[in-house]
Amino acid sequence: MGGLQKKKYESGSATNYISRNRARKKLSLSLADFRRLCILKGIYPHEPKHKKKVNKGSTAPRTFYLLKDIRFLLHEPIVGKFREYKIFVRKLRKAYSKAEWSGVERIKDNKPVYKLDHIIKERYPTFIDAVRDVDDALSMCFLFSTFARTGKCHVQTIQLCRRLSVEWMNYIISSRSLRKVFLSIKGIYYQAEVLGQTITWIIPYQFAHDHPTDVDYRVMATFTELYTTLLGFVNFRLYQTLNLVYPPKLDGQGEFNLKAEFEEDYALESESYSEKLSALSASLARTVPSVEDEEAELDHFPVEGEDLEKMEAREKIELEQNKQMKLFEGLKFFLNREVPRESLAFVIRCFGGQVSWDKSLCIGSTYDQTDETITHHIVDRPSIDKQYINRYYVQPQWVYDCVNGKILLPVEEYFLGVTLPPHLSPFVEESEGDYVPPEKLKLLALQRGEKPQAEDDEEEEEEEEEDDNEEEDQSEEDESEDEANLAEMEEKRTQGKSLSVKVTPGKVKPVNRMKAEQEEKAEEKRLAIMMMKKREKYLYDKIMFGKKRHVREANKLAAKRKAHDDANKADKKKKKKKC
Amino acid sequence: MRPTHSGTMSKLKNKKRNLEENEDEQLPIFDKDGGKDGHLDDGDDDQGDLSDSEESVFSGLEESGSEDEEEEDDDDEEEEEEEEDASEGKSSDVEEDKTVKGDEDNQLSAKEVIKPQTDGQNSKEKKKKKKAAGKEGGEESIASIRDGGLQISSQVDEYEHDTSDEEDIRNTVGNIPMEWYKDYPHIGYDLDGKKIFKPIRNKDELDEFLDKMENPDYWRTVQDKMTGADIRLSDEQVDLVHRLQQGKFGDVSFNEYEPAIDFFSNEVMIHPVTNRPEDKRSFIPSLIEKEKVGKLVHAIKMGWIKPRRPKETTPQYYDLWAKEDPNSILGRHKMHVPAPKIRLPGHEESYNPPPEYMLSEEERLAWEQQDPEDRKLSFLPQKFACLRAVPAYSRFIHERFERCLDLYLCPRQRKMRVNVKPEDLIPKLPKPKDLQPFPTTQSLVYRGHSSLVRSISVSPSGQWLVSGSDDCTVRFWEVSTARCLKTVEVGGAVKGVAWNPNPSVCLVAVSYDDTVVLLNPGLGDRLVCNATDQLISSYEEPEEVKDQAVQWAVAEGEGHEQGQRLILKHPKAVRQVTWHGKGDYLACVMPDNGSSLQVVIHQVSKRRTQNPFRKNKGLVQCVSFHPIRPYFFVATQRYVRVYNLIKQELTKKLMANCKWISSMAIHPGGDNVICGSYDCRLAWFDLDLSTKPYKVLRHHKKALRSVAYHRHYPLFVSGSDDGSIIVCHGMVYNDLLQNPLIVPVKVLKGHTITHDLGVLDVTFHPTQPWVFSSGSDGTVRLFT
Repeated sequence: MGGLQKKKYESGSATNYISRNRARKKLSLSLADFRRLCILKGIYPHEPKHKKKVNKGSTAPRTFYLLKDIRFLLHEPIVGKFREYKIFVRKLRKAYSKAEWSGVERIKDNKPVYKLDHIIKERYPTFIDAVRDVDDALSMCFLFSTFARTGKCHVQTIQLCRRLSVEWMNYIISSRSLRKVFLSIKGIYYQAEVLGQTITWIIPYQFAHDHPTDVDYRVMATFTELYTTLLGFVNFRLYQTLNLVYPPKLDGQGEFNLKAEFEEDYALESESYSEKLSALSASLARTVPSVEDEEAELDHFPVEGEDLEKMEAREKIELEQNKQMKLFEGLKFFLNREVPRESLAFVIRCFGGQVSWDKSLCIGSTYDQTDETITHHIVDRPSIDKQYINRYYVQPQWVYDCVNGKILLPVEEYFLGVTLPPHLSPFVEESEGDYVPPEKLKLLALQRGEKPQAEDDEEEEEEEEEDDNEEEDQSEEDESEDEANLAEMEEKRTQGKSLSVKVTPGKVKPVNRMKAEQEEKAEEKRLAIMMMKKREKYLYDKIMFGKKRHVREANKLAAKRKAHDDANKADKKKKKKKC
Repeated sequence: MRPTHSGTMSKLKNKKRNLEENEDEQLPIFDKDGGKDGHLDDGDDDQGDLSDSEESVFSGLEESGSEDEEEEDDDDEEEEEEEEDASEGKSSDVEEDKTVKGDEDNQLSAKEVIKPQTDGQNSKEKKKKKKAAGKEGGEESIASIRDGGLQISSQVDEYEHDTSDEEDIRNTVGNIPMEWYKDYPHIGYDLDGKKIFKPIRNKDELDEFLDKMENPDYWRTVQDKMTGADIRLSDEQVDLVHRLQQGKFGDVSFNEYEPAIDFFSNEVMIHPVTNRPEDKRSFIPSLIEKEKVGKLVHAIKMGWIKPRRPKETTPQYYDLWAKEDPNSILGRHKMHVPAPKIRLPGHEESYNPPPEYMLSEEERLAWEQQDPEDRKLSFLPQKFACLRAVPAYSRFIHERFERCLDLYLCPRQRKMRVNVKPEDLIPKLPKPKDLQPFPTTQSLVYRGHSSLVRSISVSPSGQWLVSGSDDCTVRFWEVSTARCLKTVEVGGAVKGVAWNPNPSVCLVAVSYDDTVVLLNPGLGDRLVCNATDQLISSYEEPEEVKDQAVQWAVAEGEGHEQGQRLILKHPKAVRQVTWHGKGDYLACVMPDNGSSLQVVIHQVSKRRTQNPFRKNKGLVQCVSFHPIRPYFFVATQRYVRVYNLIKQELTKKLMANCKWISSMAIHPGGDNVICGSYDCRLAWFDLDLSTKPYKVLRHHKKALRSVAYHRHYPLFVSGSDDGSIIVCHGMVYNDLLQNPLIVPVKVLKGHTITHDLGVLDVTFHPTQPWVFSSGSDGTVRLFT
C-alpha cells in the first residue's frame, strides 16, 4: 500500500497529446513556420477521446497534436531550411539597406532552396498511396493554373501548375481512364479511374477570378508547393507506366505540321510547344512504339474465394468499361467557338473521338469546319447560319450526358434551340427507397436497350389508357347488369313456391387473413419494441427518425416533380386548345 | 476712292499677280546664303518687289490698326501713285475678304467698308516712307556687293534684314505672354504713343471653313502670335519646316558627313602626346583596395562569404517510387487518420437540375435566413438554359481554401459508425401466441356505478366480484353474468374493498373515510355464510380489555341486515385494506406523513389491533402480506421495506428508483415483487437477486394506478391513467440461476378516460386467466 502517490496527468492520454502552443514552443518555430511545416508534413490535430483528461481538467477549447507527431517533426531537415531562409532574408535586407549591391548579388546567389521529395516519399511510401491522395492536389493545381499572372502568387507557380495539369490531362487521354463528368454550377467535376483508384477533381469555369480578401493565399501557396511536387512525381510515374516520354512530347508527325503553321505566332518555341500540348488534340510520343492491336485479351482467373457468378459480373463490368472507352471512336467533332474548348476536347479525346476547332480559336486544330466527314458539330447558340446536312448540330451537354450514360444518347433532345433535358449528377447512386428522378429512370431504360418513347407517344398512350378505363367501366357495368338480371330471374322462379318460414341470411364477415396477420405482426413488433433497453431504444428511435426523414424528403421531391409535370401538361393542353 | 473701283474691276488680274508675287517674294528672308545669286541677278527690282510683297503680306495687320492715323491720310499723295499696284492688290485682297465674310457684313455702312482700305493704303505709304531709308541702304549694299567681296555684302545684308526697328511698328511690347493683351483691341504703342491695334480678326467658323476650301494657301498660313496676324509661309519656309520635321539640318548645304580627321591617330609616334612623368601612386599598391581585399579574405576565412552553390543536377521530377518498399511505413502511420474525400455533388448542384431540385420561394427565403453553418446546401440550386449562360462560381476559391483549412487545422478522430439494422436492435422475444393463455378481448362490462370505481376484488371461488365506488356504494356482481346481486350503501366514498382469501369464510373488508367495515355479503354457499356469521358472533370478550387504537363494534340494525358485521373506527382515513392469506389478519393503511400510526394490523378472530411499527418513515402507500412466509411489505414513496413479523426486524429495503410508488403486488411464489409508480414505471424486483429492480418497464404513457399477479398463470397486469391495461407474461423459474422472463403480450383497451383518470384497479380471476379492471368511467370490465 505504501509508495508514492501517483500524480495526476503524468501518464496516460494526458501525456500522449500536446497542445498547439506547446508544440510550437517545443519546435521553437513561429506560428507561420509551424503552419507551413504541418501542411508540408501532413500533421494535423487529433481529437482526444477524453478531452478533459488531456486538457488536464480544463475544458478550454484547445487543439491537440499527438506528441509522437511533434517529436517526429523535431528531426525534420526542412526546419533547418526554414531557419536558413529566415537568415537569408535578414541578410538580404541588411545588404539592401546598406546599398551593398555586390553583396546583394552574392547573397541572392546563395539563396537557400529546399526540396520536398523526401517528404513526398515519406508521406506516401507507396505509389498507390500517392495516387489515392491526388484529388486535392489536382483541384488545387487546376485552380492555380487559371489564375492571372499577377499579384496573388509567383508566375512560376502558375506556369508549373498549368504544365502539370496539362500533363495530367494528357495522361488521362492516353490511358482513357476518364469515367464521369459533371457540369455543376461551381465548375466541372471529372472522375477518372487511375490504377484502380477513383480520383475526382473540379475545374472552375474559364473566367477571371474575383479574388476574395478573406482568403489567406500563403496557406494556399504552401499547399500548392506540396501538391505540385506530388503531382509532378505522380505524373512522371504514370507516364512511365504507359511508356510515354516524360516531359511529354507530341507524336512525331503531328508535330511537324503544327510547327509549320504556327511558328511565327509565338516568341518562344517552348511556349508554342506547351500551347500545342495544352491543345490536347495530338497524341503523345511513346518510348516504345506501341502496337495497339497487340493487347491480347487477358485471361481471367477467378480470384480465390470468388465464385463463378461474381467473376461473370466482373467480366461484364470490364466489358462495359471497354465499350465506354470507345464511346466516341469514329466520330468527328467540331467545336464552335463559344463552347468550352478545353473541357470538350479533353472529354472527347478521352473516349476516342476526333476533335477540332476554328483555327483562330486556338492552336492545334486538325481539320476545318468545312470538312465533310465531321459527324457532330457542337454549338451553344440558339441557331447557326450555315448548316451542313451531313452532321448533327448538338449542344455541349450531349457529350457530357453520353459519357455519363455510357451510351450514345439520341441527339434529338440536344439540337440547337431545344430545351435541354436536365443534366443529372453521375455521382448519385440511388439506393432503395431513395428518390430517383424520372430522367434517370429513362436513362436506365435506355441503357438496358429499351426503346425510348417520345413524349407525344406517351401522351397518346395516356389518352388511350383513359379510353381503356372507360371501356372497362362499361364492361363492369354490363356485368352488374347481368347479375341484376339473374337475380330477377331467380326471384321470378322462387315466387311460385313461397315459403312460410323466413330465414334471414347471416352476414358473412370477411376475415381478411392477410390483414389480420399483418396486424398481429405489427403488434408483436410494437410489444417487442416496448421491451427494448433504454440505450437501444434511443438508437432505434434515432435510426427510425432518420429513415422517416429520408422517406419524407423523397416524397417531397416526388410531389414537387408531380406538381411541376402537371403544370406543364396543363400548359400544353391550353396551347393545343388555342391552336 | 480708287480702291473701290479698282477692286471691283481688276479682281482677277490682281489676284493672279498677287500669287506670282507671293511665289518669288520672300525668298531672301530665309535664303540669305543660298539665294544670293538670284538676288544679284534681279537687282533693284527684286528688292523693290520684296518690300512690296512684305507690305502685302502684312496688309491685313495694318488695316485694322490704322484708324488713328487718319490725320496722315493726306500726306504723301504722290507716293500713292507709285504704290498703286500694290495697294490695288491689297484692296482686292480686302475685298475678297469682305465678300468671303458673306452677307452678314452687308449691313455695314459703306464708310466702314471703305475706310479700312484707305487706312490700309495710308499706312502702307507710311511704312514705305519709313522703309525708304533702309531700302536705299540695301541698294547701296547691293552695289557694294557688286563691287566688293561676298563677305561684305553678307554683312550688309544682315544689317538690312535686321529689322528690329521695323518690328517696333508691329510689336512694341517685347517678348511677353500675349494673353495679357487678350482683352484689348491693341497690342502695345508706337513711337508716338498711339495704340497699335490688332488686326480685326472677326472670322467666324464659316469664314474659316470657306477660307480653307477656297484659299489654296490655307495650309501654309500660320498666325503670328506676337502680332496676331496671318502669315503665309513661303516655299523656302515650308521647305525648312519639312526638313526640320524630318530631322535634317535646316541648312541645305550643311554636310554632316564630312571626313573626320583624328587628332590622336592609331600610329605610334615617337613622341608622346603629353610628356608628363608618371605619378608615384601609380607604382604603389592601392591602400583602399588592399583594405577591401583584406576584408573579403577575412570574410572568406571566417566563412561569412561562401562560394557559389553548385547548380542542381538532378532533374526536377524522377521516379520517386523506384525502390518502393511497403514495409518502410513509419509507425506514425498507424495513428494516421486519412482525410475524408470531398463529398461528391448531387443532382441539385447541376447547372441544369431536374425541376424538383429547385428551391421554391419559401425554401429559398428560409435558406437565406439560415445561418451559413446550418445550411444543408452551401449554394442555391440554379437552372441555366444553356452552358454558355453559366457564370463563374464566386465562392470557388473560398471552398478550396476551406478545404485547405480542414486538411491542416481540423482535429481528426476515428469514429466507429454503427451500422446496425434497426430490426436487429429489437430483442428477440417468444411470440405472444406461444405464451397463451392470456386475456385478449373484452368480454363483459359491469355497469351500475355512477362514479369512479376505486377498488375491486374477486371472491376466492371466482364466482363473485365486489367493487367499491365513489358513489358510496359497494356492489356485488356475479362474474359470469355481469349481474349486480347486491348493493350496500355505506357512509362515504369507498376507498378499498378486499375479499377474504379464505374460502371457508365469506367476508369482505370495505374501507371508507376512517371506517373499515367487514361485510358478509351472503352470497354463495349458505353454509359458509352462516359459518362466517357464527365465527363473528362466537367472539368472547377477553378478561383484560386493552386500550386499542381502533374501536371494534358489532353492526346492528339496518347495517346488520345489509350484511355489515363488524365496524372498525380508525383515528384516520383508511386508504387500503388487505388480507393475510389465511384470512385472519387484516392490514389497514392510513397514510399520514411522519405519523407513527400509519399501518395497523387487525386480527379478526380475536378483534385485536396492533400497531406493528413504532415509527414509520415516509408516507406509506400500500402494504401487503407475504403469501407464504411471515413477511410484511410496506411501500412508502420510494422504498419497499420488508419486515419479518416473527423476528420483528427489517429484512430488506427495496429501492424502486422511482418518484412515487402507487401500487405493489407480490408474486404467489413470494420471491418477486412488482411496483407500479406514478412516473409511468413498473419495477420488477427479484428478492433473491438484489434490492434494486431486476427490470424497469416503461410501457405506459401515464401514471400506473394498479398492478396485479395472477395466482397460477405466469401473468401480471398493470393498469394506468392512459386507459390501457398491459398484460405481461412474467415467468418465474424454479431454477434459481435463471432470471425471470418478462414479455408483454397484450395491450387491452376499453376504459374511457374521464377526469384524466383511466384504469383505477386491476385484478385477476383466481383461477382463470381473466382480468377485471375498474375505471374512472364507472364501469368494471372483464377481459378474457
